[in-house]
Amino acid sequence: MANDSSTPQQFTEQASEIQAQMVTVEIEGKPFQVPAGVTLMKAMWYAGKEVLRGAGCLGGFCGACAAYYRTKDDPKVKTCLACSMAVEDGMSFSFMPAFPARKAIYNLQEIKDPKQDLFELYPEAPLCRNCNACTEACPQKIDVREGVWKAVFGDFKAVSDMFMDCVMCGMCAPVCIADIAPNLVAVYASRAQGVHFTEKPEGLAQRIKKIADGDYQKDWDRVLQLSDEELQNTTASIT
Amino acid sequence: MDITAQQNLVHQTRDARRAIDFPKLSPAERDALIKKYHPDHRGHAYRPIKFGPNAGDSTVKEVATLLEGDSTIPADFNLTPEYSVDVLVVGGGGAGCAAALHAHAAGANVLLATKLRLGDSNSVMAQGGMQIAVGPDDSPVQHFLDTLKGGHMKNDHDLLKVMVEEGPSIGQWLLELGVLFDRQSDGNLHVKKGGGSSKARLLTCSDYTGLEIMRVLKDEVLNQKVPLLEFGAVVELLSDGNGSCTGAVLQDLDNKRHVVVAAKTVILATGGIGRLHIQGFPTSNHYGATGDALVLAYRMGVPLVQIDTFQYHPSGGVYPEQLVGALVTEGIRSEGGHLVNAKGDRFVNELDTRDVVSSSIIKECEEGRGVRTAAGRSGVWLDTPLLDVAHGPGTLDKHFPAMVRQYERYQVDIRKDPVLIYPTLHYQNGGVKIDVKGETPAPNLFVAGEASGGLHGRNRLMGNSLLDLMVFGKRAGQTAAERAKSLPQGTLTLDHVAKFREEAKRHHVSSGLTSPMVLPAYTRQV
Repeated sequence: MANDSSTPQQFTEQASEIQAQMVTVEIEGKPFQVPAGVTLMKAMWYAGKEVLRGAGCLGGFCGACAAYYRTKDDPKVKTCLACSMAVEDGMSFSFMPAFPARKAIYNLQEIKDPKQDLFELYPEAPLCRNCNACTEACPQKIDVREGVWKAVFGDFKAVSDMFMDCVMCGMCAPVCIADIAPNLVAVYASRAQGVHFTEKPEGLAQRIKKIADGDYQKDWDRVLQLSDEELQNTTASIT
Repeated sequence: MDITAQQNLVHQTRDARRAIDFPKLSPAERDALIKKYHPDHRGHAYRPIKFGPNAGDSTVKEVATLLEGDSTIPADFNLTPEYSVDVLVVGGGGAGCAAALHAHAAGANVLLATKLRLGDSNSVMAQGGMQIAVGPDDSPVQHFLDTLKGGHMKNDHDLLKVMVEEGPSIGQWLLELGVLFDRQSDGNLHVKKGGGSSKARLLTCSDYTGLEIMRVLKDEVLNQKVPLLEFGAVVELLSDGNGSCTGAVLQDLDNKRHVVVAAKTVILATGGIGRLHIQGFPTSNHYGATGDALVLAYRMGVPLVQIDTFQYHPSGGVYPEQLVGALVTEGIRSEGGHLVNAKGDRFVNELDTRDVVSSSIIKECEEGRGVRTAAGRSGVWLDTPLLDVAHGPGTLDKHFPAMVRQYERYQVDIRKDPVLIYPTLHYQNGGVKIDVKGETPAPNLFVAGEASGGLHGRNRLMGNSLLDLMVFGKRAGQTAAERAKSLPQGTLTLDHVAKFREEAKRHHVSSGLTSPMVLPAYTRQV
């Protein structure tokens, strides 16, 4: 272990060695004994299941491991990312299969009126019936329904702020009774916000011009002709 | 002592710690600390590679074994191609998407293959930001010097100069695609200071920088209708028999079928090695980080550079158990978060380079000043509540929403309590040798991103990876597309594999192990 200076901390993906206590969970309707407290993902591996579709970054950012779960005696089926949720006794869960939502194809640079074009690219967006199922389905706790309406009303800035947390797991899409894929609508609105409605940073343009004009050439010449030792001394004086 | 009691010590010592200015180490102190405590210097974990372009060079045993492994493709394999393309890009992370988009824009016929889904990568997890010298008091030359210092002067100067000089135009490209970098009130890009950097140079999208960039790049790859093969792993390269790369054999992981691709040029953008769990370390890396490009390029006779050095990110999760190895953003330290040992003391300047900070954490734990968890792990505290104390309530919510959420899932409130951290295997500092266009010594084989080596020296600076991916993804993509215009498709052979097998035999290597690994074997044998 860590106190032995010659070896690092022992690592195991299977927490069985360090978590003796076992719980029973139902994976895809079938009971398995798994160590208490492991993530749903690790429970899959412990149960002897190969995971191909459904595992990605394993850090809660890529949305590959979208899952449905229910805790003991609770009728409510909730959503989560399987890499970032711990099992508990009596829990049931299944991974979400890939959902065939339609993504619109567009060239953002060429679009003239992005707010109006939303209705051509995603004509289903304004048909939201306010059921709020998307918001309840979001494992990132984004107010998805509100976001869809903001997009429809052209407040792309608000959409981009609200959906910065969106990991594109797509769990908002299967529940939509109007066949909207809110995450895809949000990506469009956010990108349009960046491309069409955000100030161009003046400092960046100046820096690019200075580089192109060779303004740093003198500094480069000075630095690149330094011997290894001189270079080391130069960097050592950086604070 | 239970965790809560230990946490109280962090609260009690906070005010006293804030009064102390902890100096950075001198170069000599830094070297001594690293030599004694950094995992790169644990000799027993290393061995020489037995044969191939890096014969005799030392690397960690896990990598050496994989490099010497046998191909899964038999000598008499049918090489009738199913696809014939100008540019085959392997890998769906930042470098792969950038390469595919630029090659496509240059008019090439591209196939993008990735063994998981498009975008499932380390890039998507990058929280700290992207280094680009845009500040008025900053310059590409300063970026160059900072990176060189962080890399222990071992960075390839040519690669590094290219990266820092093209940084601003990459920032421009991403803005044109709609990436929403944080801004100052005057509309200019907001920059944050990162560990090991002398200037504020980190462009951020709150703590979702990688996620925002990848959401945009993925969307653009789909808009551009770049042909995709998801769940398509590369298992071997093809050569013309004279050392040039001419394509690859992929495996469709859904149905296990092999897919032969004739490609005028191949770009490997398969990322790093975290999932090899070098020296038993947990990792912050994605599921597919198994060093596939290292193995395949090596078998083609391409040398690897600085393949003995890895980055152990200072702040990997230790508690709760579900977060072991997961990355805790460096941004907390950038904004003044303290590292605190079991005695309630600071022990390092938190903004020193990653290798220094990691070494110092390992030192604290090995000398008995670490905090032990019930599961038997040790770590030190990262004082997160300090940020709300120092910069006002709501700071963590506003600047670190991803991290607040990361811990909230396990009923840990980082606004109220500090979190335990220990270094986690994060990055492969070295990799496949490339030139400034991203091309390897094997003609028409390109490597971009973490899989390549030389740029970062012996320690990558925070925020330089996202930039590396974009700059060299672009260069590889553009060069490969341009090359393909005048290049006939070469013949498809496995000659290099035959040669490699003969060498393995001569060196009596018969471990029976095949590589690339493709995915880690986490499934329990029941």
